[in-house]
Amino acid sequence: MTAEPAVGLKALHSRRGWIGVGAATLIVGVIVPLLSVAVPASSPLHVPDYLVALLGKFLCYGIVALAIDLIWGFTGILSLGHGVFFALGGYAMGMYLMLSIGAQGVYKSVLPDFMVFLDWKELPWFWRGFDNLSVALAAALLVPGLLAFAFGYFAFRSRIRGVYFSIITQALTYALMLLFFRNETGFGGNNGLTDFKSLYGYDLHEPSTKVALYVLSALGLLLTYLLCRFIVTSKAGRVLRAIRDVESRAMFVGFNPTSYKLFAWTLSAILCGLAGALYVPQVGIINPGEMQPANSIEMAIWVAVGGRATLFGAILGAFLVNGMRSFFTAAMPNAWLYILGSLFIAVTLFFPDGVAGALGRLKRKS
Amino acid sequence: MTRSGSFNVAARLRRALGAVVGLLAFGVAVNASADQLSEDLAGLASKDAADVSRAIIKAANRGDARALPALHALDDGKLRFDTVKHLLIKADTGKLSDALTGAAANAQGKLEEPASDNEVRRALSPALASLSLSAPDPKTRLAAARSLGRPSDEIVPILRKLKTKESDADVKMALALALAPADMVSPKPADRVRALEAIRTASDATFKGDVERLLLKGEDGKFVEPDASVRAAASAAISAIETRQFLINSVANTFYGLSLGSVLILCALGLAITFGLMRVINMAHGEMMMIGAYTSFVVQNFFIAHLASHLDWYIAVAVPAAFAVSGAVGVLMERTVIRHLYGRPLETLLATWGISLLLIQTVRLIFGAQNVTVANPSWLSGGVEILPEVVLTYSRLAVIAFSIVVMLFVWALMQKTRLGLEVRAVTQNREMAAAMGISTRRVDMWTFGIGSGVAGLGGVALSQLSNVGPELGQGYIVDSFMVVVLGGVGKLAGTIVGGLGLGLVNKYLEPVAGAVLGKICILGFIIVFIQRRPQGIFALKGRAAEGM
Amino acid sequence: MLEVEGLNQFYGETHVLWNMALSVPEGSCTVLMGRNGVGKTTLLKTVMGNLRTRSGKIKFLGEDLASRPAELRARKGIGFVPQGREVFGQLSVGENLRVGLGVTGEKNVPERIFKLFPVLKSMLLRRGGDLSGGQQQQLAIGRALTLHPKLLILDEPTEGIQPNIVSEIADILIELNQKEKLTILLVEQKLTFARRVGQRFVIMDRGRSVAQGDMPELNDELVARYLTV
Repeated sequence: MTAEPAVGLKALHSRRGWIGVGAATLIVGVIVPLLSVAVPASSPLHVPDYLVALLGKFLCYGIVALAIDLIWGFTGILSLGHGVFFALGGYAMGMYLMLSIGAQGVYKSVLPDFMVFLDWKELPWFWRGFDNLSVALAAALLVPGLLAFAFGYFAFRSRIRGVYFSIITQALTYALMLLFFRNETGFGGNNGLTDFKSLYGYDLHEPSTKVALYVLSALGLLLTYLLCRFIVTSKAGRVLRAIRDVESRAMFVGFNPTSYKLFAWTLSAILCGLAGALYVPQVGIINPGEMQPANSIEMAIWVAVGGRATLFGAILGAFLVNGMRSFFTAAMPNAWLYILGSLFIAVTLFFPDGVAGALGRLKRKS
Repeated sequence: MTRSGSFNVAARLRRALGAVVGLLAFGVAVNASADQLSEDLAGLASKDAADVSRAIIKAANRGDARALPALHALDDGKLRFDTVKHLLIKADTGKLSDALTGAAANAQGKLEEPASDNEVRRALSPALASLSLSAPDPKTRLAAARSLGRPSDEIVPILRKLKTKESDADVKMALALALAPADMVSPKPADRVRALEAIRTASDATFKGDVERLLLKGEDGKFVEPDASVRAAASAAISAIETRQFLINSVANTFYGLSLGSVLILCALGLAITFGLMRVINMAHGEMMMIGAYTSFVVQNFFIAHLASHLDWYIAVAVPAAFAVSGAVGVLMERTVIRHLYGRPLETLLATWGISLLLIQTVRLIFGAQNVTVANPSWLSGGVEILPEVVLTYSRLAVIAFSIVVMLFVWALMQKTRLGLEVRAVTQNREMAAAMGISTRRVDMWTFGIGSGVAGLGGVALSQLSNVGPELGQGYIVDSFMVVVLGGVGKLAGTIVGGLGLGLVNKYLEPVAGAVLGKICILGFIIVFIQRRPQGIFALKGRAAEGM
Repeated sequence: MLEVEGLNQFYGETHVLWNMALSVPEGSCTVLMGRNGVGKTTLLKTVMGNLRTRSGKIKFLGEDLASRPAELRARKGIGFVPQGREVFGQLSVGENLRVGLGVTGEKNVPERIFKLFPVLKSMLLRRGGDLSGGQQQQLAIGRALTLHPKLLILDEPTEGIQPNIVSEIADILIELNQKEKLTILLVEQKLTFARRVGQRFVIMDRGRSVAQGDMPELNDELVARYLTV
């Protein structure tokens, strides 16, 4: 996949592109929350609570999609295990929320419920400090980042690339999923962390909190987009694309592909961690299922459907696919897997440019 | 059947015990004439428990093992007597036989059952023990000694006596082991040492707890066991037990690891063919295995419905059927999707993942989301016991043998057939093979079909070992890839070694680290291993090496 | 026997063959010559079907093979000995020779190939990749001959081969052409070899055919213009 989608970078540079960003931010970030909060429930314009939560989730997925587009669309590294970074960020936030429950849990103990259930007497060392929001946020970013850095360091240094890299990312997320499934690991086993009550004092079940989290997610997505856009249009971005297209040539010209790949890879993981941290308070649970390989593979399809190497395509794909998922799993649950499977096949066979590419071609025709 | 009045019971009990203990001081292997025997046993033909008990004691005292059938029959509730007090044994079929000779006999008059209350039983068990243990045939004695378990206090003195008179070494050992629990709590250190010696020689793990208790320290800091020589014997016993445990575990683990590895090899072999030879990443490969397993299920059901009398032979049909069905699905996949994605491995990865979703959902809709069971044919049930606690099940042995056969089949196919030659030629140099007239499209199709078919065979093997569910393939896909990468891409022999190794290592790590942790260790190891020895990866030729 | 007409070929957007035309008469031994990079190998690859062509005809015995699958060439009677020999390195010598038997349906490798290249018979079990350059070249030619081709195409068969084997190959090609009437198309840089073996020549320059004729007509002027640097 070496052809540059024509709609991609030109769109990013153009004024039209910026207008698009502004408009999207306005709608998503301002109008929707207003419609939810300011408009009464009886009005048809009111955005119901569940929709706010759903869109908030999608916004977090959008961040993940951007992260994946950064390393796949622009650097040519397909990760089948990015869900692990997302989940780790989620767990970091989950730990904070768990400890915030305080003594209001089922067992009325300072320790989280599952620890009481397992007959543990005190908090394990790696939970210490997570009663502080800053620590949790830092961990949400740093833990995935460090893991990605270590993993990437070893992998890129030995020139593992292409499908082999993809497969070991899958192995990575699978291994960690198994690890987190164990009760002894100390993260709630296969039930995970759940039953959250409040975040920084704000009741998580209150609609206003949900809207606030939604806005934060939108903000996160906007910042991520701007950051990715900045990187992609910079010189570093060109090097990344060179690495994507012909790595050996990039090497001969004098760049060290390993450091660039490592940079993009680690940043991508950090962004996923951020997404996870924003995601967990909105859905109220984090468990090892989030790390299963299927989730990560699906994240790749969001980007493929939307259109690789366009940034906005990634966000579009995330919203599209997850929107379809929400619709179909409610309306026709048995059909959903067929639709998803067909999406995989159709996108790779017939629409390698995704929706963004198709739009671009339409535009050129007219 | 309890007698009224505890006084009676206690008195009778004491009498019975005393009689047995005392009488057996005379020694045991005394041959008496049949007349004397039937005289002794005459008392059994009575509804009076006291008579029966007395008869039992007399027979035990006589030490004639020919009394055993009658006494066993009494124990099993099969002893009868008729109006002329002839002792008869009634078999389950209803046939009657003489209790002493075993010859077929007829009842004269009404059949009655002898008294058989607790008191009788209390006399019976030591009598049976002592008689079996004095039988002329060492095998009978050995069996009796082995079945003693933890003998009750009444029997212990008998056993001691018997042991001193015993000539056969194995029986002696078994008796010593039976006496061990009693000896261990004896006040004399020498007895305790003797008990521990017996335990050490037998390396019997059931005693492990008791022995370890001896080495514990009490609350005062002193050992529970005061005598140092006893403690030494205890340590020796424990290490002997642990060594034996280790040996047993090793054999068991090796066996399970081999069978596990066999299934993995079959799955990985198919993947080595499609991935290693064609450089196609097929994420639906695990589903090929799943389809093979479900084909087994369908064939089994067909036989149950229409050919029930030949049910045991469903396997003979299932094997080729699974190969054909999985192979056909593979070919279909190749023709419709994969063919268009050659040279684009990442796309192939995603597209085949999509196919796997479709396949899993289809199977789920047809067969339900629950696991289904494929029963072993009856000639595969059971196993051979090579050590007392290690049973090599026939089904696992068959799986191992089957895998070997399939491996040979694949080898022969690759090395000896026209198709195999063409496959190898296309693998090494596609363009040149075409220039030599080989239809690369056709070869691709066949290669993919064979690879998928072999995975299907893996599914049949798996169906014999465990339950089958729609997500069966998911558990094997990561492992299979690891095996292929480990073994060196493109080298089928490496795949075989890798699969075996992985299966064995998996099983060995399990008791140490737990199944989950074991898997994690393996995956971690592979990730590191690939980093250190990536030759297998770099052996990639052609466009697929760098491509997106 | 082989008629190439109006063949165009591209690498990406780069136009490398410009309406290339080539005619190989039946029974002749035609040598295709030209400097490095003029498109000789590209032409052969296109003729053999390894590169798809957008326009042009490749007529073999009157039949256009341009859009047909690559494997058809061998079936129709074209044997190919590529640049660099490209023997199947992991297959044995015997297996290399047997690869083509699927087309002819023969059970065994024809004896005449072993008569032409006796060294192959002594190395039947040796892996192709373990042979020396000269032996590989003999294997490659022998392999092509198992197809009983009507046209044998060779791309720089003398490259990197020791002189005595070069001479042997020359003799074999002459014998095949003269005695067995095998049509040969040969790409060759070495002038002496070309003149010894060939009857006709075609010169390519920048993707076009610029000169052709019988071998005696290959004069110094043409050589200087098109074949020297």
